[in-house]
Amino acid sequence: MRVTKNQEWYLSNFQAFEKNLDGDQASPIHKIRKTAISRFVELGFPTIHDEEWKYTDVSPIVERTFKPTFAEAEAARWLLPLTIQAIRRFTLEETGYHRIVFVNGYYSRELSYPHPLAKDVQIGSLATVIEKDPTTLTRYLSVGVGFPSSYEDNGFTALNTAFIRDGAFVYIPDGVIVEVPIHLLFVGIGDSEAASVDKAPPLSQPRNLIITGKNSQVALIESYVSPTHSSYFTNTITEVVIGENSVVDYYKLQYESLEAFHIGTVQVRQGRSSNFSSHSLSFGGKLVRNNITVVFEAEGGECTLNGLYVVADRQHVDNHTMIDHAKPHCTSNELYKGILDGKSRGVFNGKILVRPNAQKTNAHQTNKNLLLSDEALIDTKPQLEIFANDVKCSHGATIGQLEEDPIFYLRSRGVDREMARTILTYAFASDIISRIKLEAVRTDIDRRLLSRFGK
Amino acid sequence: MLKIRDLRVAVEDKEILKGINLEVNAGEVHAIMGPNGSGKSTLAQVLAGRETYQVTSGEVLYEGKDLLKMPPEERAREGIFLAFQYPIEIPGISNSYFLKAALNAIRKHKGLEELDAMEFLTLAKQKLKIVEMDPSFLNRPVNEGFSGGEKKRNEIFQMAILEPKLAILDETDSGLDIDALKIVANGINKLRSKDNAIILVTHYQRLLNYVIPDYVHVLFDGRIIKSGGKELALELEEKGYDWIKEEVETVRS
Repeated sequence: MRVTKNQEWYLSNFQAFEKNLDGDQASPIHKIRKTAISRFVELGFPTIHDEEWKYTDVSPIVERTFKPTFAEAEAARWLLPLTIQAIRRFTLEETGYHRIVFVNGYYSRELSYPHPLAKDVQIGSLATVIEKDPTTLTRYLSVGVGFPSSYEDNGFTALNTAFIRDGAFVYIPDGVIVEVPIHLLFVGIGDSEAASVDKAPPLSQPRNLIITGKNSQVALIESYVSPTHSSYFTNTITEVVIGENSVVDYYKLQYESLEAFHIGTVQVRQGRSSNFSSHSLSFGGKLVRNNITVVFEAEGGECTLNGLYVVADRQHVDNHTMIDHAKPHCTSNELYKGILDGKSRGVFNGKILVRPNAQKTNAHQTNKNLLLSDEALIDTKPQLEIFANDVKCSHGATIGQLEEDPIFYLRSRGVDREMARTILTYAFASDIISRIKLEAVRTDIDRRLLSRFGK
Repeated sequence: MLKIRDLRVAVEDKEILKGINLEVNAGEVHAIMGPNGSGKSTLAQVLAGRETYQVTSGEVLYEGKDLLKMPPEERAREGIFLAFQYPIEIPGISNSYFLKAALNAIRKHKGLEELDAMEFLTLAKQKLKIVEMDPSFLNRPVNEGFSGGEKKRNEIFQMAILEPKLAILDETDSGLDIDALKIVANGINKLRSKDNAIILVTHYQRLLNYVIPDYVHVLFDGRIIKSGGKELALELEEKGYDWIKEEVETVRS
């Protein structure tokens, strides 16, 4: 096996990270980290020869050297120039949301604004849990074989796992309805260009764990933002474990800097009769990969995956979704839409797996793309693997451009061509927007969309 | 207001309009009738600025200006309105958003203040009465899921909001039941004034029972072959188009 310079770099960073851990080295979490780094060194980063990465070439990440942030003190360095004003445009209204802020992967008490919590509800930093209750943590972390957040077969997840140190931790006990939505705000920030000459841009690797008990309900927003145009790399994993008969409304808003790299994996495990809805909105980043995997671990589950990706210039965005119908009587509905301009590239890969005993499965998937320029490109690939015989499954994908008839209709009413295109582009995205239940999120996205196209 | 001189129009090298001459003044209502394929809709679309047609010769003057040089939006802002034969569906955009954008584009062009959401709503509710539509109509996506009659009424509603100087109604009466036809005709009559002009493009005489035209023209094979008063429409209804075709052919031979 050949260990590349790149792998050596991350290995030596791991060793430095280890030294910095003090007493934590004896923790069961550290055993997981060590296994993960060995696996990373074996795997390296994926290449286009891996089927799952065929259309997304991560060599721009491999060629660059990113410095994993691995201490609160270090994160604090990035935090110094950061004030709440600098991130104000990314926050949602204070009174209506818990705000938990992470800067380059580390929890920031100064920038966070949690509301009072009901008994036994926990919303905060994973670092605290690692310190106080690592055993419980190891029970929930899905690092074993077969999970997409496993370090076994993906270099990115192995690297994230090796550096597990902080991230969001949310625990909702049985029967609790969390009325105030939780906004997890991940701020990425690199040095300004002048200072970065001799320094590698930061790599943040938050590890988020969301656990809900039986009969509970919560709305969660994860946003990835940057107050500057700096370069950095976010390699994030979120695990959501949904208890029986619980409802989780989940949002991922990816507004990274246009110089940033973002690899994100969301893994959801649904309990019996649980309901999960996800809205993934991807606007930023230079090179972005969003993975989401939902596993129905018991009967009667329902999941809705909505997605919207809007890219331009030379942005690359890849959405990989996977719904594992492992049990009978589950329903999944998936709608992903893409708007691509300039020389941007998009990938949609939607896999639905219906296992042999998963009878009475309902699974529907749609991917629609709007190309605004002749040079934009989309690869869309529905992938249905059905091993049960009493199921209803459908899929469809479209790629189109703005049509002349509606443009003329608008122009004949006095609206100029550019505005007509803006209105029609917005109209294309509107059914995704209208499915967003949280009003502050919907308003925020509306504003972003209109300012994006209304130039 | 409008002067069309020897207008010739082709689509993909096929000539559709073969020399149209027509003059329309303020206060007048002109009906253009003719069988299928005679070029009625082409004329309407060309006047609104559809770019898929090539004007090969002739000129169109609108208030003394060269209409053919104006992009569609400028024509609309200058007061031209086309009610589409087949109104376009725009899912995802509400009727009110669509119309407010249109009205404000026109108002801005005229140097008027743009209307805010509340002002627009007040105006829209008032105009909705003309076409006997419910205010919920404003929140529905443009023409999506509308019945044929609703789509046609929506065109007249748009006309009522935008207050054009020259309205061209392309088969706005086609496919309507008698109740919807009366509503549409009534809407047109309410918008008729001495300052504006209306061109009714129609296949049937029926609409003309409710909207009385000042002039009727028969378009056949890309030319206006006969013009007259409102009686001409009745004659056509009675005798059909064959009678005119024969008459023209007799004259030609």
